[in-house]
Amino acid sequence: MSDSTNQLLNNLNSLVTGLFLLTAFGIVAMRQARGVLNLFIVQSLLLAASAVLLGLRYNAEHLYGVALVNIISKPIIVPWLLRKTSPSEVYTRREVTQALNVPTALLIALALAILAYFLGLPLLNAVAPQFRGPNVPIGIAGLLLGAFTITVRREALPLLIGLLVMENGAFLAGIEIARNLGMLIELAIATDGLIIVFIMGVLTRAVQKQIGTTAVGELASLKETTVEPAEKEVSE
Amino acid sequence: MSVLIVLLLPLIATVLVCLPFKKAWAAGVTVVASLATLILSARVAWLTSTGNSITSDWKIGMLKWINVDGLSALILVLIAFVATTAAIFSVGYMAHGNLRPWKLRLYYANYNLFVFSMLAIPVLADPTLVWIVVELTTLCSALLVSFENTREALEAAWKYVVLSLMGAGMALFGFLVLFAAMQASGSTDAYTWNNLITAAPTMPPALLQTAFLLILIGLGTKVGLVPMHTWLPDAHSQAPSPVCALLSGIETTSILYVILRLFPVMQAAPNSHAETWAVVLGLISVGTAAFLLLQVKDYKRMFAFSTVEHMGVILTAVGLGTSVAGYGAMQQIVSHCVTKSFCFFAAGTVLLAMETRQISSIRGLIRQSPIAGTALVFGGLAITGAPPLAVFLSEFSILKAGLTQKEYVATGLLAVFIVIAFFGIMLHINKMVFGAREDENVVESPNNHSEPGNKTHLPFSCRLALLVAAVPVLVLGFYIPQPLHDLLTQAAAALTK
Repeated sequence: MSDSTNQLLNNLNSLVTGLFLLTAFGIVAMRQARGVLNLFIVQSLLLAASAVLLGLRYNAEHLYGVALVNIISKPIIVPWLLRKTSPSEVYTRREVTQALNVPTALLIALALAILAYFLGLPLLNAVAPQFRGPNVPIGIAGLLLGAFTITVRREALPLLIGLLVMENGAFLAGIEIARNLGMLIELAIATDGLIIVFIMGVLTRAVQKQIGTTAVGELASLKETTVEPAEKEVSE
Repeated sequence: MSVLIVLLLPLIATVLVCLPFKKAWAAGVTVVASLATLILSARVAWLTSTGNSITSDWKIGMLKWINVDGLSALILVLIAFVATTAAIFSVGYMAHGNLRPWKLRLYYANYNLFVFSMLAIPVLADPTLVWIVVELTTLCSALLVSFENTREALEAAWKYVVLSLMGAGMALFGFLVLFAAMQASGSTDAYTWNNLITAAPTMPPALLQTAFLLILIGLGTKVGLVPMHTWLPDAHSQAPSPVCALLSGIETTSILYVILRLFPVMQAAPNSHAETWAVVLGLISVGTAAFLLLQVKDYKRMFAFSTVEHMGVILTAVGLGTSVAGYGAMQQIVSHCVTKSFCFFAAGTVLLAMETRQISSIRGLIRQSPIAGTALVFGGLAITGAPPLAVFLSEFSILKAGLTQKEYVATGLLAVFIVIAFFGIMLHINKMVFGAREDENVVESPNNHSEPGNKTHLPFSCRLALLVAAVPVLVLGFYIPQPLHDLLTQAAAALTK
């Protein structure tokens, strides 16, 4: 392939990964549960696009497989599984009581993204030139922003999406630096998202049945210091 | 071949227990399947204790990634052992709750699937596949943690899942970086534990170190290392007792096994500080858990914190880095596994007898239910390392290895923390078992279950499980059979390369 095509593919990949980072920011800030899910679907499609671009650039056919598995599992099966397992309430919820307000959360997210860049640098310097690209620092940023989403959210669905964003970040970096891993990475992508969604969906349904809300952040009774109900009964 | 059957048995059992027969069917199938798994994995361990490793003959699909050496076989046998005793304990324990048949079938199906996912961890040689089965253990065990469907159980399961999966995300990135490191070293071999060791000397240190730390922290979350342990006491106390035995006794260990696999890789690379990380994280875990043990209010949480402590002890021992300390660590893995599962069976019988998890509302247990009381005292003594029981011997050999190596600070701290943990646990157990009852409690609540004379009858299977689980706790305290000794030596050899 000619140099100019390669350059074009590299630039396109930079664009796609840049958009990936933007969706991660969006997921941190978005309050509507449905919107978070949509952003996640866009993000997964961008991950697939990056896989295709890298596949074209380096003639790595199996990255097309990664893209395909990704498109089937995340934008299609994840929402379907969510509908099957969890109560419809999770979509309609709008989170008003985040732990942090949106501007603060975005500022911290920005700091995390910059941190990710510096964490990625030593890794990039250690690998061969054909494995260097924007995917690694942005993948790390995805990992960190996903974890950050989990820590500030109280609602079940954004928490779940936070976990999936973490995995997306890991895979985005993975298709660049561990490109030759082969079949196994497809398998990991396919099983992982489904495991997360299935289990979280089932648990969310159970939580909603038991305590009548999907705001799982309100579950905080298991501590060392609190006096549990059983003890109260005895002492009364 | 027998390795394959070991993996297939729990899967077959999962399908069989779903058949709508009588209640005893599901329990029976599970017991038989896990017993068969135990026998077969003992055979695998026997074959590997001579230093051979078993590789599958088939070169197709995932089967080519099966590789069992001494360390794998040790974990395999321990999983099968706890799975068997916990299955026996489940028969009586789960029958007690008067569950509906479908719920009981669900329990056993989940149980077998969970056992399968754990058995697959030591058997597989490809780190990516291992990561996938680790995810599978989270899936199966979380549904078992939330099994009782109370608010607390759901909260525990939720915390467990969120933290474990966050850790899994980090570990995934770690495994991908590890693969990149292998590629960067110029190796074109398959991505397996053994090939990693061969490639390690030429790996770029930045990649290897990053991968190690990501995996240590990521999977350390699931092992329950401090400060990522916060979910563990919740999940390990809210699950049904036989599941607690599985979670605490062996699941933590089998995840720790994955971390241990990285130590020979790190040793083969120049300037790696894996040992230092292990000692530091290990000592922090032991210390924190020891002090938290003093103030627990729930006796199942107490045993859960003790798991955090023991994971720390094992990691510290591995961090000492010599083959003697490695042998001690392997011994500790065995003794912790058999003892902790016994402890949770004891806690389960106490729960059956008293129907409360509060330490403060149980007094004079020995008069109430002599079996539960004796079991609790025995379990407490055994897990805190009182002689002449299994944990004493293994902790003693770890401390001895530390002293011969002149690691006085680490060994001293370890000894102090172990002693604190001993007092923490025995103080609570002493109060529960021999403490005098406060009379006003009895007067105020005449229908209280802790009424004197109202002795609870423990199901036969629970007593049997206690008895079976107690045998290795006692025997391994003063005698290690030759085959086990060989296996431990092989396992310790796998830690250093």
